[in-house]
Amino acid sequence: MSGAADLVIETAGLTKRLGGRDVVNGIDLAVPRGSVFGFLGPNGSGKTTTIRILLGLASATSGDVRVLGESIPRALQEVLPRVGALVEGPGFYPFLSGTANLLRLDAADRYVSPSTRRQRVETALERVGLSQAAGKKVGRYSLGMKQRLGIANALLTHRDLIVLDEPTNGLDPQGTREVRHLVRSLTEEGTTVFVSSHLLTEVEQICSHAAVLSAGSLVAQGSLDELRRSGEPRIRVTTPDVPQTHDVLRRLGTTPDDDGATPGAHSVTALLPAGLAPDQVVRALVEADVRVNGFSVDQAGLEDLFVALTGEGFDVVQ
Amino acid sequence: MSSSTTAAAPRKSAGGRFLASELSVLFRRRRTWALLAALAAIPVLIAVAVRLSSGPSPGRGPAFLDQVSQNGLFVAVVATIVAIPLFLPLTVGVVAGDTVAGEASTGTLRYLLMSPVARGRLLAVKYVGAVVFCLAATFTVAIVGTLMGALLFPVGPVTLLSGTSIGVPEALLRIALVCLYVTLSLLGLCAVGLFMSTLTDVPVGAMAATVVASVVSQVVGQLPQLEWIHPWLLTQYWLGFADLLRDPIVWDSFAANALLQAGYVVVFGALAYGRFSTKDVLA
Ligand SMILES: Nc1ncnc2c1ncn2[C@@H]1O[C@H](COP(=O)(O)OP(=O)(O)OP(=O)(O)O)[C@@H](O)[C@H]1O
Ligand SMILES: [Mg+2]
Repeated sequence: MSGAADLVIETAGLTKRLGGRDVVNGIDLAVPRGSVFGFLGPNGSGKTTTIRILLGLASATSGDVRVLGESIPRALQEVLPRVGALVEGPGFYPFLSGTANLLRLDAADRYVSPSTRRQRVETALERVGLSQAAGKKVGRYSLGMKQRLGIANALLTHRDLIVLDEPTNGLDPQGTREVRHLVRSLTEEGTTVFVSSHLLTEVEQICSHAAVLSAGSLVAQGSLDELRRSGEPRIRVTTPDVPQTHDVLRRLGTTPDDDGATPGAHSVTALLPAGLAPDQVVRALVEADVRVNGFSVDQAGLEDLFVALTGEGFDVVQ
Repeated sequence: MSSSTTAAAPRKSAGGRFLASELSVLFRRRRTWALLAALAAIPVLIAVAVRLSSGPSPGRGPAFLDQVSQNGLFVAVVATIVAIPLFLPLTVGVVAGDTVAGEASTGTLRYLLMSPVARGRLLAVKYVGAVVFCLAATFTVAIVGTLMGALLFPVGPVTLLSGTSIGVPEALLRIALVCLYVTLSLLGLCAVGLFMSTLTDVPVGAMAATVVASVVSQVVGQLPQLEWIHPWLLTQYWLGFADLLRDPIVWDSFAANALLQAGYVVVFGALAYGRFSTKDVLA
């Protein structure tokens, strides 16, 4: 493992057994300071469970956890004041207003100054666009408003680390965009942001680093560039001769994406056959009398990587 | 960020603020006021019923009921006696059973813990909140009772169980003493409720279990076959405040009750801490 000084979150062999099953299975997370770290994984892959352990809400079955350089759960009370978090959706008293809820949570924090409390609550509400609804009872908030309030709670004071578990859940397009701006401005203030999501485009837009979780195991981790490079490149052939193209590609050892060949399609996409350079593919196509109107090679998007790593099936892996 | 300076030097404050915030949340809930209103209805009903009925019906009904029409101060005492077996444990069970499970069910528990509040401190503050509610509950019954009594009946010197007579101010003091005794009696039940509340994320379950515990304890207390267990029952001294209405006051039952309740608080407080300090907060 690299030096702890530049890692904000560091786990070694983190495992959590729940209901007789390892829902988190020996993961080694390394979140660099100053990064926006995307924590990806399909539903039920163990993202929230991992976050709970990082924040001391649940205990690890085995493995070591360090957050902000300190061992968890031993140093929890020293670490948590420097961490803001939204975990598994917001949680508020429905009979209190947005402001009163934040004041309550802030009063529980013994490390912040009570004299700046009102001001900080106001600022946080403003940052998530809730100033207008601040006096309204949370029970009357919409889903997205509650989500925004949950984010505001993470922003009550300066934090070194902010953990956001699916922050854009229930947010409208403006809200989603504001979260992106917010994450950017937090990074500028020197805060490391750890954000879990299954929305890949979102992660691609805001993250500098990512890790992919699949059925409790970490299957990839690194900077976004590293991850993209690790994905296999794809080819796209524009041609009127779709069936012949399919035959050629299959002979070269790759399977075209759209196997049933949509009628009227004029292009074919597939993984670049292993061990072949793009020009060799083009030569093979031309030699088979395929009319090639266009040919391109694309690096895998994060989505392809994600699907490749976590499986195609829609069913939640158990 | 102006606040970054405060975060740079994390220094603990005394921590009375979380308790203040807990109490303010408790007493800003409509449910808390509904419970207190239900308790206040007891002395109102008693006073109105006695006032409307033609004459006293000696020998029947709760103790001191026949005294009410002569001296309004007895409304407070009678209402307290009526409230002790069921209504007080019911309302206290609701509040004590809700302490942890209620926070878990709204999802606020995880945010409190991440604020951060250490788990032991959370339990302590929650427990104190429930005890403050007990105080509010017993004094609500007594104060509303005294006011109703003063409104509908004559008020004057009270003859104590030992035969001596005391003036109205002294009598009010004795009533306050009874309230403290009843609150003391409920400390154990609060601890039981706190423990039940750490076992579940469903507040209604913890509330029901707490109320059932008090009912079972009282039923067992009525069975002579189980006499050997009686000294250990949570509810053993619940109605034992008669000694506070003598002159001079006999403190024996007060002391015995305090010892018993302290035992319950220690045992169930330890159980609650043992359970909660290692519990995975998954709600
Ligand atoms: N209390 C529990 N007992 C047993 N299993 C549990 C418990 N809580 C969660 N699990 C299991 O742990 C696995 C991981 O759950 P987790 O909430 O961490 O997933 P997630 O990655 O956050 O999913 P999502 O994207 O849907 O939020 C799931 O398969 C779930 O069934
Ligand atoms: Mg989740």
